[in-house]
Amino acid sequence: MRQVFPQADCEKINGIRNTIGNILSGVIMEIQEHLDLYYQMVLIRRVEERGAELYQAGKIGGFMHLYIGQEAVSTGLVAARKPQDRFITAYRDHGLALNVGIPAEQVMAELLGKSTGISKGKGGSMHMADVEKNFWGGHAIVGAHLPLAAGLALGDQYAKNDSVTVCMFGDGATNIGFFHEAVNLSKVWKLPVLWVCENNQYGMGTAVERASAVSEIRQKAEGYGIPNERVDGMNVLAVKEATAKALDYIRAGNGPYFLEMITYRYRGHSMGDPERYRESDEVKKWQENDPIGIYHARLLTEKIASQEEFDAIDARVAEEVQAAVQFAEESPEPAMEELFADVYVE
Amino acid sequence: MTETKRITMREAISQALWEEMERDERVFILGEEVGVWGGTYAVTKGFYDHFGPERVKDTPIAEAAIIGAGIGAAMVGQRPVAELMTINFAFAAMDHIVNEAAKLRYMFGGQFKIPLVIRTVGGGGRQLGATHSQTPDAIFAHFPGLKVVSPGTPYDAKGLLKAAIRSDDPILFIEHATMYQVRGEVPVDEDYTVPIGKSTIQRPGSDVTIVTYSKGLELSTKAADQLAREGIEAEIVDLRTLRPLDMEPVITSFKKTNRAVVVEEGWRSFGVGSEIASRIYEEAFDYVDAPIQRVAQKEVPLPYNRTLEQAALPQVEDIVKAVKEVL
Repeated sequence: MRQVFPQADCEKINGIRNTIGNILSGVIMEIQEHLDLYYQMVLIRRVEERGAELYQAGKIGGFMHLYIGQEAVSTGLVAARKPQDRFITAYRDHGLALNVGIPAEQVMAELLGKSTGISKGKGGSMHMADVEKNFWGGHAIVGAHLPLAAGLALGDQYAKNDSVTVCMFGDGATNIGFFHEAVNLSKVWKLPVLWVCENNQYGMGTAVERASAVSEIRQKAEGYGIPNERVDGMNVLAVKEATAKALDYIRAGNGPYFLEMITYRYRGHSMGDPERYRESDEVKKWQENDPIGIYHARLLTEKIASQEEFDAIDARVAEEVQAAVQFAEESPEPAMEELFADVYVE
Repeated sequence: MTETKRITMREAISQALWEEMERDERVFILGEEVGVWGGTYAVTKGFYDHFGPERVKDTPIAEAAIIGAGIGAAMVGQRPVAELMTINFAFAAMDHIVNEAAKLRYMFGGQFKIPLVIRTVGGGGRQLGATHSQTPDAIFAHFPGLKVVSPGTPYDAKGLLKAAIRSDDPILFIEHATMYQVRGEVPVDEDYTVPIGKSTIQRPGSDVTIVTYSKGLELSTKAADQLAREGIEAEIVDLRTLRPLDMEPVITSFKKTNRAVVVEEGWRSFGVGSEIASRIYEEAFDYVDAPIQRVAQKEVPLPYNRTLEQAALPQVEDIVKAVKEVL
């Protein structure tokens, strides 16, 4: 039976938006910052669109999970971070990789498995990380990085510094034991970790309500006594605002916090997903709420930015993506010695 | 001459942990019942009072969280010793041992270091039934990226554990449940380490090579004593580390004796003995005078009943018989 996403849920999200109020006018932000958030979201989308083409052309192998539709989540999260805050996520990691500042060249080169990729071509789409930028991966086993996130936070708690670990995962990951072990431990030890569930409505092709005992994922955090809230994950400013508040709460030594971002992926779970589990109308409905589209419209309506400025950003992104593809295609394959490198330190 | 003292395996392991925690503030312990209880095998007795709850951390019964948190803390520069109460519970943390600890460094192009020690206890012989008596060492030794260490003497236990804690790689350190009272000479007041990835001759001999480690060393030594009374001199090679495997002392010894018996407590199929025998055949085929024998656990889940349990576990007599088979 085909699942049709209920209209009610879209309304619920609009409800969330209304209760947050007019964030745009409520938050004081430099115009440049608005433009930068827009730029990052467009960059993610265009890099991934080109990635999809290169995948279809057989230049990218393995699994590739696109973030398109969810750009506001990682963009808003990273916008609220301090440099000492650590990020860790699952396999849908290209967006976060770009947000933390990995150049599009290195992301694209990793997708193509080249030596110049951020993981030297040995990780691929699902395994990008950059320790310099406090980005601790891209992890491909569902839910397995949550205990790791607890550990990053434990390391910081042990060192008595003020870093917070931001751990992103999908709704599907909240049904596996790792989630429960890690979230419980974070509360027991008051670890400085922000749990961010990206509820994009499906774990692969299985709708949340078909897989999770509670369809409001945040209720699971409630069960562990962790303060939590639902956020409109299609609104980059709402994400940023909620994240900033949560980070302050955690940094003050109060222990973990949990955000459920309501969002949606437009593309399949991974490349080659036949999408038998949803109707195209459902995707269209969500696209009316497109994170880039609504932000663009609002910045224009409120006269924060002009169409010329957006055009300039779009052109800059197009150039950057083209350069990234060229860089990746021209980069050398990893040397054969690389096969045996880095199995161990010693 | 270095002054030594005869201490137990338990004391040796405990001393290694204590000394490393005193030496390096980044070293801390996490695991089930390691703190207030003092460790289920009493290895960390007194640690909680001395080092405090921040460095001796009692965890929930949640093996994936214990190992996962250990990996995460190691990634950001701490040097945790994560304890799994027994190796049988490692299966609940298998993903973190195999898919994370063993792979993260390689998979991200060498960006991460994971200086994590996973201390655990394996082995049968205590009538704990099939789920609590396993010796699955070979499974863990299968994975590149992980190191697997399992000492057979107090001297090696202390030196290897100290080396493991100082290493930047993830290491599974397997102790044997029935060996905590085994005694041996250990230097007093000496900060020594034993290199990981080095096999050693524990007893010289010229007639046959016995290759073993951990509990197998205790059994093989008894077998060698018995054989010596019959005029047969067995040379015992103790692997100490299963991965990376150091075959050099094995091959050197085999080229001298031309005969080998491999002794392990795990099951025979796909085990340590299979690996050692294959490598001898590959590297020293021209020196083989008799088919290599494997002494290992019978292919059954270990039963509770004492007689049945002992019948399934390798015994001294099995080793003596296997040696006579190859002579």
